[in-house]
Amino acid sequence: MLKYFTKRLVALVLIITAISIGSFYMIHLLPGDLATVILGSGNTPENKKKLFAQLGLDKGLVHQYLTWMSHVLRGDLGKSYITNESINTSIAKALPIDLEMIVVSQIVAFAAAIPLAMKAAKKPNGLFDRISNGVTFGLLSVPSFIIVVYLVLIIAIKWQVPGTGPASFTRFPEWSWLFSDTGTFFTTLKDNLMSLLIPSLTLSIGSFVVYFRVLRSDLIATLQEEYITMARSKGLSRRRIMWRHAFRPSSVALLGTAGINIGGLIAGGFVVQYLLSIPGLGSLLIASITLQDYLVIQSTVFVVAVAVIVINFAVDFITTLVDPRIARD
Amino acid sequence: MTNNEVVINAAESVVEQPEKKAPIGIFTWICVGWLAINVLVAVLAPLLPIPDPNEMISMPGMGMSFDHLMGTDDLGRDIFGRLAWGSRISLGVGIGSMAIAFGVGGPLGMLAAYRRGKMDVIMSSVMFTFLAFPSIIAIIAVLSFWTPRSLGKIIIVIGISSIPLVYRVMRAAALSAGSKEYVTAARVQGARDRRIIFRELLPNVAPTGLSFLLFGVATVIALEGVLAFLGLSIAPDIAPSWGNMINDARQSLNNVPQNWPLIIFPSAILCLFILALNFVGDRLRSYFDVTEVKL
Repeated sequence: MLKYFTKRLVALVLIITAISIGSFYMIHLLPGDLATVILGSGNTPENKKKLFAQLGLDKGLVHQYLTWMSHVLRGDLGKSYITNESINTSIAKALPIDLEMIVVSQIVAFAAAIPLAMKAAKKPNGLFDRISNGVTFGLLSVPSFIIVVYLVLIIAIKWQVPGTGPASFTRFPEWSWLFSDTGTFFTTLKDNLMSLLIPSLTLSIGSFVVYFRVLRSDLIATLQEEYITMARSKGLSRRRIMWRHAFRPSSVALLGTAGINIGGLIAGGFVVQYLLSIPGLGSLLIASITLQDYLVIQSTVFVVAVAVIVINFAVDFITTLVDPRIARD
Repeated sequence: MTNNEVVINAAESVVEQPEKKAPIGIFTWICVGWLAINVLVAVLAPLLPIPDPNEMISMPGMGMSFDHLMGTDDLGRDIFGRLAWGSRISLGVGIGSMAIAFGVGGPLGMLAAYRRGKMDVIMSSVMFTFLAFPSIIAIIAVLSFWTPRSLGKIIIVIGISSIPLVYRVMRAAALSAGSKEYVTAARVQGARDRRIIFRELLPNVAPTGLSFLLFGVATVIALEGVLAFLGLSIAPDIAPSWGNMINDARQSLNNVPQNWPLIIFPSAILCLFILALNFVGDRLRSYFDVTEVKL
């Protein structure tokens, strides 16, 4: 087990190194001129030279990379070239919103998917199984940007549910409808949850569909195993068989799927954030791309990519705790 | 590029399906027919009697009528005409970028699986590192800097960023096909590499590849919508696409809330098209029953 994790850990460090190089060079491969962005019309050769010397951009690429990396390793992601704001602060402001969105949506998705999948798996090809299978297959084909549009149209515009966010698509206060008037992150728990209703619902519908389908088909397969017949003949209750004997082996597939899915949510939630003007990491990244704020893009991309990888690693870890046989390969 | 369909298949394909070789079924043929109609309309749009998508031919916000089958949008353009022409962009991005991804990723993946050894290790570690990187970010970044945007650039960016995923799928499929007895038998008989790859591996990898191709096109069509929402796809006044029509509709519904056809039709067509692709892909996969392939 220990050997397995050391191996995985080494791979993790290698991949993170590769990603840091990737996010560094991606910025340099992009077309566009930093000097024009910052200096505007004052972009003369001398000014440009002065600026680049000041930002340390006149050094070689390897030198620049090592400087950036040594700062990152010491926990300093740098400052925006344009707004001069510390990137640490920007990310620290945005990250809790992403985390809350993801945690809430995952709780909702699991809470709905697990019991429904169990109900469907009890009678494969029964009425409930067929209906839920059809509905989730249909939902699978609805991209999240369409779900969010319809949720806003119905919940916020048609029903006018108070506190759920934009009363219309063009009239929401820019960047900050999650924040209260005083500028702090939500005033009461109720306000906070109401404002998270639409984005979390959007993300949880997508996750629910995936979890439901994976768990259902895995449970159907598990329930045909011989040890389940054995448990049945011992006279154990249906509920006990389902939870203790079938769910645990089936949850391995579910966890693996959750890992991939949550990693995708971090990047995929960007559009939802952008549409609803939620000031999370996605909005920060898209805004900095629009502003051509190079260092912010570079550092944010790095943080997001590392988060995705670390989550996958953590899921692997939990999976091996549930099913220790995996580590013995 | 993460498609939920792919994630689910990754998990489902590991599990033994209780029902084997289900009949193809009528719904699959309906889906195939629906896909064919869309492709035909996209290809033949200039020849068909479809209203001009950019001409403001009528009053804005008209409901459905015989002249305008799906009504008109807020600028008085015919929604049906825009949808028909929009399919050219949406399908073009989907099929074009997957052609690039499969054209490069497919052969590389099969070669790596067949040759194994050093070549496989080097190529796979490069590709898997790219896979760890969230590709949507790279797509957004490159497209927002690479102006002026055109259909070709969008296809290239999405196509290249999908190569690692296709590589992984095709490599895994070829690995499992390559370990079969018939490959060993062909090798024992002294068949050359090229013959083994084209005559033994390719036919056995094709079903997996084809179903994954359909999922890929579906994902990219949705991705075009995402890009349109971020203003990174083709601008709606240059050419309509399903994505930018939905984005337009969302914005103009504030002024004309009763003009529901504006958003219902484009989003329904887009979802139904993706649904048909997913369904046919899913049927293909279970028909050929590729349970051993771990994506």
